[in-house]
Amino acid sequence: MLPSTFEYVAPTSLDEALQALVAGAGDAKIMSGGQSLLPMMKLRLASPGTIIDLNGIAGLDTLEEVDGMLHIGALVRHGEIERSELIRDRYPMMRDASLHLADPLIRNRGTFCGSLAHGDPAGDWATVAATLGAEIHAVGPDGAVVHSAIDFQTSMFETQLGSDQILVEVRIPAPKPGQGSAYLKIERKVGDYAAAAVGVMIVVDGGTITEASIGLTNVGPLTIHAADAAASLVGKSIDDAAAFEEAGRLAMEISEPSSDLRGPEEYKRDLVRVLTKRALRTAGARAQGKEA
Amino acid sequence: MTAATESTVNGAIGQSPKRVEDDRFIRGMGNYVDDVQLPGMLHMAIYRSPFAHATINSIDTSRALAMPGVVACITGQDLVAHGLAWMPTLAGDTQAVLATDKVRFQGQEVVCVIAKTSYQAEDALEGIDVDYDPLPVIVDPKRALDADAPIIRSDLEGKTDNHIFTWESGDAEATDRVFAEADIVIKLDTLYPRIHPAPMETCGAVADYNKATGKMTIHLTSQAPHAHRTLFAMVAGLPEQKLRIISPDVGGGFGNKVPIYPGYVVATAASLLIGKPVKWVESRTENLMSTGFARDYHMEGELAATKDGKMLGLRANVLADHGAFNAQAQPSKWPAGFFNIATGSYDLQAAHCKVDGVYTNKAPGGIAYRCSFRVTEAAYLIERLVDNLAHETGIDAAELRKQNFIQPEQFPYKSPMGWEYDSGDYEKAMNIALELVGYEELRKEQAEKRAKGEVMGIGFSSFTEIVGAGMSKICDIAGLAMIDSAELRIHPTGKGVLKLGVQSQGQGHETTFAQIVANELGIPYTDIAVEHGDTDHTPYGLGTYASRSTPTGGAATAIVARKLREKARQIAAHLLECAPDDLEFDSGTFTVKGSPEKSKTIQECVFGAYQSDLPDDMEKGFEDVTYYDAPEMTYPFGTYICVVDIDKGTGQVKVRKFVAVDDCGTRINPMIVDGQIHGGLTQGFGTAMMELISFDEDGNCFGGNFMDYLIPTAVESPDWTLGECTTPSPHHPFGAKGVGESPTVGSPQAFVNAVVDALHPYGITNIDMPLSSHKVWKVLRDAGVTDE
Repeated sequence: MLPSTFEYVAPTSLDEALQALVAGAGDAKIMSGGQSLLPMMKLRLASPGTIIDLNGIAGLDTLEEVDGMLHIGALVRHGEIERSELIRDRYPMMRDASLHLADPLIRNRGTFCGSLAHGDPAGDWATVAATLGAEIHAVGPDGAVVHSAIDFQTSMFETQLGSDQILVEVRIPAPKPGQGSAYLKIERKVGDYAAAAVGVMIVVDGGTITEASIGLTNVGPLTIHAADAAASLVGKSIDDAAAFEEAGRLAMEISEPSSDLRGPEEYKRDLVRVLTKRALRTAGARAQGKEA
Repeated sequence: MTAATESTVNGAIGQSPKRVEDDRFIRGMGNYVDDVQLPGMLHMAIYRSPFAHATINSIDTSRALAMPGVVACITGQDLVAHGLAWMPTLAGDTQAVLATDKVRFQGQEVVCVIAKTSYQAEDALEGIDVDYDPLPVIVDPKRALDADAPIIRSDLEGKTDNHIFTWESGDAEATDRVFAEADIVIKLDTLYPRIHPAPMETCGAVADYNKATGKMTIHLTSQAPHAHRTLFAMVAGLPEQKLRIISPDVGGGFGNKVPIYPGYVVATAASLLIGKPVKWVESRTENLMSTGFARDYHMEGELAATKDGKMLGLRANVLADHGAFNAQAQPSKWPAGFFNIATGSYDLQAAHCKVDGVYTNKAPGGIAYRCSFRVTEAAYLIERLVDNLAHETGIDAAELRKQNFIQPEQFPYKSPMGWEYDSGDYEKAMNIALELVGYEELRKEQAEKRAKGEVMGIGFSSFTEIVGAGMSKICDIAGLAMIDSAELRIHPTGKGVLKLGVQSQGQGHETTFAQIVANELGIPYTDIAVEHGDTDHTPYGLGTYASRSTPTGGAATAIVARKLREKARQIAAHLLECAPDDLEFDSGTFTVKGSPEKSKTIQECVFGAYQSDLPDDMEKGFEDVTYYDAPEMTYPFGTYICVVDIDKGTGQVKVRKFVAVDDCGTRINPMIVDGQIHGGLTQGFGTAMMELISFDEDGNCFGGNFMDYLIPTAVESPDWTLGECTTPSPHHPFGAKGVGESPTVGSPQAFVNAVVDALHPYGITNIDMPLSSHKVWKVLRDAGVTDE
């Protein structure tokens, strides 16, 4: 459990960090919380030549709503999201996910943005970001770049982030009136990847669902955007149990889990169905101001 | 037993002072093996086999030797020259120290690299080149006995199969007769799966050979430093007077630190050959994949009973998977440990068990994980059978147990497989548990919930343990009688030191053993320093495991303190000019009967022992030593009740309530006892719900890190409700029985029984551990239960 030799760089500005990244020539890794990177290095699954530590750079710890967007800086820890009143009151899906993400110790150090940049195919934040329509803001040698969360991840541990780019902030649209959301995760114990998890966001206007988005975690190669399931809800009544049932069935159909120690694939598929229904009920209650 | 007097002395038995050792642990000032830093110390890392079974064609270490900081690479062939390529196991088998002919499990030790830093040693593992020819792999122990199975132990001369031993206990014919007459026979085919103790601190050693003095000091993660010293002397031919084992602070043992591991042996050999200290500390993955696992018992049990629930007889057939080497840690004459305690708390007419051990291509073991030698498996089997009998007969599970318990007047009770239980009052413990859990209300609630289609279960375990080995006439390890010892020396100022043959891995001995002295001598517990773990400074003993410290070392402590109390009485009589029999002793003061103004404190007596004015026939000084050979085992018991709610949508099992009533006899420090029970229940919960070391058909181990080998944290652990029952041991000096293992022995079946009780309406009679959500979900869906 000892990593290979590496250089450690602690820049105090983004420019310095970018220079170090370019100097690393593809063999450098950015570190924010280090909670995924360091275990991989200790297990020698990763052996970067250089670690560029962002923790000394000022201004990357923003967690606030500005002009209709929630800004989450590169150094915002999972635990800050978990404890934030703003998140609790206005982004309940994020609050739900934060409570089931890793374990309390890791949550105090690991970061939201680092989790997305890491590109773990089973990451909870990837589903949350995609389902809430997040923008991913990076900087590179040619200036600022914006990626969409929905197709940010390209394969296992691969994202659209260029090897010369640094993810500096994620922005999430502020909730619309009548919006409700929820994230439900089944895990074997704290710190485990999801056996299955479902994030849903709906907007309710006068008792009718006008907008919906559903994301599925760890039941396919990457986060699954259950577009058909979400579309099937639009125009339906928030009290339409059959519509929730149908959305659950459609989400189950698009999932493609594989069997592992968390359970056989048929179990995980059924979890998607059950969790989608339950998450819709919770999100619906929240949309109507009734905490479920 | 002599009833402990109600002493008012600070820290006397029954009081709950905080643990004195926690001061240094909480401050991060403990001293573990990995904290040992010696001048010139080298570091060792182990190259391990990626295959579960493969012939070794060649080993090339030249690339590693050329890497920075590398001092030496040690192979099995290098050890052959010193007669150390193989070592005996505690079970009388042999085990490869470093593989010479072939590898027999994934993670087996093949080459050791010695380098100047731990990083350099780790880096150099990538420079080891081994050429293997993979062989067919045996993972399933049932397959191991097939005629065409590959022979794993081709090193054993004349070995033509993978069978290790057959062990039987009880009367087969008498058992057959009882079964022939029975109305009902309950059958259960169950696997107690392979799990791992996973102590917080992994195993390690710092071997420090001094060329000038010829002395070898080994800092070792050892639960049994004295026994390990003798075994090192016997195996490696080292002179025992020049061998010192120091087991410093140890971060959990649970049986994992009873065996001697190849890493210890090679680090020691390396220090001897190189003449410098060598440190080896294994990683978590190495600990989980290669050191002593536990259980892996495939059990077929049968319970015979009348139709009105009178239990008559027990039959058990077990297939024991020991992995590639039989490296289990049991008393030498007991290849299946004390599995024949399997009749448990019940008065049966006859019983018989048969255990067959087999080799497979898995890590060697199995050790007694927080368990007195297979009593965990035995307690699981009988308690599962009893709950199934309750379902079969329709008799309430609590009532059925009460009908069949050994009654208080039957003690000492001779069990059909030969044990003599010292004491017990099982119904009393059961009644306390029923009251605490609110049993009648719960059964009403369960009936109402079932009517609504909700899934709730209540599970019992009324276990009996057998601990404190104990009894040199039947228990030895490699010929060493399982005695233990205490040496007590009180200095002139009335403060002293207690030296123990047992060793602590977190049990709190530095507090509780001082409390025994406080109780017996009336010296405050804070005035007694407890030393253990260093073989140069403590008397001989067999170590701490099998809940034996209090039954053996605790008894020795009480007896040595009583010897010194008698010396103090003689001194007090001399000083007070009265007959020793005229003195009463209470809470550290001798008083002349009828003359309360004439008295001497224990401290005054101790000071007297170092003064010139002593009786002529008395030696100066105030110290003594006792070696204790227990006359009998002790038999702690208890009733645990578990209440679960099951989510029909996800199969998740939620433990709503868990009541544990333990009877461990006299409790020295009730707070520490509660802590032991909390810890053991949490480990039992992990065993029941999530822990598993599994393998694919190629013998690849799943469970080599904490992402795959799941152990419970505070987040998922249930709340524990504890109750207490006290039936002192009649033969232990102060009535204690030992408690460390009761909760791991007693709890897993309570969880499983609760889940089986919940699912019984759907035709379920068994689910093997771990009780994963997906297993429960499958039962529900197969029974047509939907999520709403």
